[in-house]
Amino acid sequence: MSDAADIVAASPDAPALQVVAPGPSTTLQDAGRIGHQRFGIPVSGAIDAVALAAANLLVGNPPDTAALEIAYLGPTLTIAAESVRLAYAGGAATIEVLDEDSATPPKKIPPLTSVRLRRGQSLRIGGLSGSVVGYLAVAGGFDAAPFLGSRSTHARGGLGGFAGRALRAGDVLPLVASAAPERDELTLPDLDLATPQRVRVVLGPQDDMFSEAGVETFLAATYTVTAATDRMGMRLDGPTIAHRDGFNIVSDGIAPGAIQVPGNGKPIVLLADRQTTGGYPKIATVISADLPGLGRLAPGATLGFERVDLDTAVAARRALATMMQGMAARLVPAGGGVDIEARLLAENLIGGVVDMHADHQA
Amino acid sequence: MSNATRDPPRPRILTSGDTALVVEFGSAIDRGVSALVLALTERLEGAALPGVTELVPTFRSLMVHYDPLVIAPADLAARLEAMAAGLDAVERPGRLWRLPACYDPAVAPDIDDVAAATGLTPDEIAACHSAETYHVYMLGYLPGFPYMGDTPEPLRLPRRTDPRVKVPGGSIAIATAMTAVYAIESPGGWNLIGRTPVRVWDLRRESPALLAAGDKVRFDPVPLAAFESLAARAAEGTLVITPEPAPGDAA
Repeated sequence: MSDAADIVAASPDAPALQVVAPGPSTTLQDAGRIGHQRFGIPVSGAIDAVALAAANLLVGNPPDTAALEIAYLGPTLTIAAESVRLAYAGGAATIEVLDEDSATPPKKIPPLTSVRLRRGQSLRIGGLSGSVVGYLAVAGGFDAAPFLGSRSTHARGGLGGFAGRALRAGDVLPLVASAAPERDELTLPDLDLATPQRVRVVLGPQDDMFSEAGVETFLAATYTVTAATDRMGMRLDGPTIAHRDGFNIVSDGIAPGAIQVPGNGKPIVLLADRQTTGGYPKIATVISADLPGLGRLAPGATLGFERVDLDTAVAARRALATMMQGMAARLVPAGGGVDIEARLLAENLIGGVVDMHADHQA
Repeated sequence: MSNATRDPPRPRILTSGDTALVVEFGSAIDRGVSALVLALTERLEGAALPGVTELVPTFRSLMVHYDPLVIAPADLAARLEAMAAGLDAVERPGRLWRLPACYDPAVAPDIDDVAAATGLTPDEIAACHSAETYHVYMLGYLPGFPYMGDTPEPLRLPRRTDPRVKVPGGSIAIATAMTAVYAIESPGGWNLIGRTPVRVWDLRRESPALLAAGDKVRFDPVPLAAFESLAARAAEGTLVITPEPAPGDAA
């Protein structure tokens, strides 16, 4: 399936983004495919939910709207619609607008700021530094059919997103909105997308499969993110973690952020595209509030694990949820001045976010 | 948690971060343990606890995914402990799927190796394997991939020492006490002893996975010509398989 389908617009006139250069691994992601792991279907979804929400809020979308997740290097996309409003949030990158007229030099635009582009203009996002992931959201969203309730791509399984795969040059990505009404552009100052040096974990579910010395090693050591890391798992190199007796268990479920330790004693943190079940013992699990930050780490980055209790983990999740709910209120006009219209828009967005959260909890 | 008394079995409730709890009934692949996992799954589906987002039954445990801002972990653990009490370790009948199965060497690349290892002829392997009614313990590894058991004793072999890069979709495969049908073409190290034309994973269906944990599966041997004809229908999407009530099922 993943090799077969081309991604095309419904009609030549339909609003779209044309992929000039795809970037090495650009996929459509939202909050993930919840409720189907019992059929072996991975959750997927954005590695950095904070950056995804920021990109979406800047263009006026609900925070979980599917957007392009960029890894390492951004795409070049040409606007094939009357106008499109876009915003990028994530690792620091050079973002340029290219006019159809190639004689005009590219114009740099800031991250975390919405921009309205016209037909024929292109957006080029360079290499990412700091965080290795970033999100490009478009106002109104991408017009991709949901699969089992989500537009997230699981490339390994060929599921979801656009044709179940990462973007390729020549793809034409359909958009929902054919034009973006003029308004003042928004920016989100001081959004913290830092890369952590320590990540908090709750021990278990199988910490009893490790020797005391093994658990001590895990909590004391500094690990290095390896190049074998992908959306499925972050493979770490560092001191070997000793099992108590053996490293094969009868397969059981895998939570997001679970840290499995196979026979070589090197931990793997399981991320969004993780398999639904697995047969290696899991020494600990990264707390949900620290997963977005963890996912930003680049190969070569180092990190340590800090043990916390469950109450601390839940408090951290609550704090992150509160921060994300407050994000829309921090949107300000990009020009720097006070702009009533933008302020009103931001307030509408806040209302929308609060309503959505209420729905979610019902 | 103390070592459980034998009757009734007391599960261990394990923490997996702040968004999942594991209710673990045992550490081995066991039909009684599987029955407990599936009975708790059913009980929880009926209860529809607010904050519980997803239930994932596996061989020996049930993973309960939840939102800790809706239900506190300690509260959920207490509910799970209460609901896990008094469960019946007796296996339910489940839906019975009858899958056409071709054991012809043309679609069973390892059947000669299995014959050499077991001392059985390919026909005897087919007869032995298709005599069993298999229990679907769980789905995992890949979308729609069923772990089924128990493979009859004479056919229990280790995985191949040299895994394949590509196993065709529909391959019927055995390793240790497990039988599987490869849902889609994928890498794999199990012994391939046949092929079913039925797509156990088909994106054209509203629910792409054919099987669910707790289902029963029988393999009905068909000759190669019939397999090819059925496979052609499966490719068109006109091979529709529906489950039968299992023996003893009141429905």
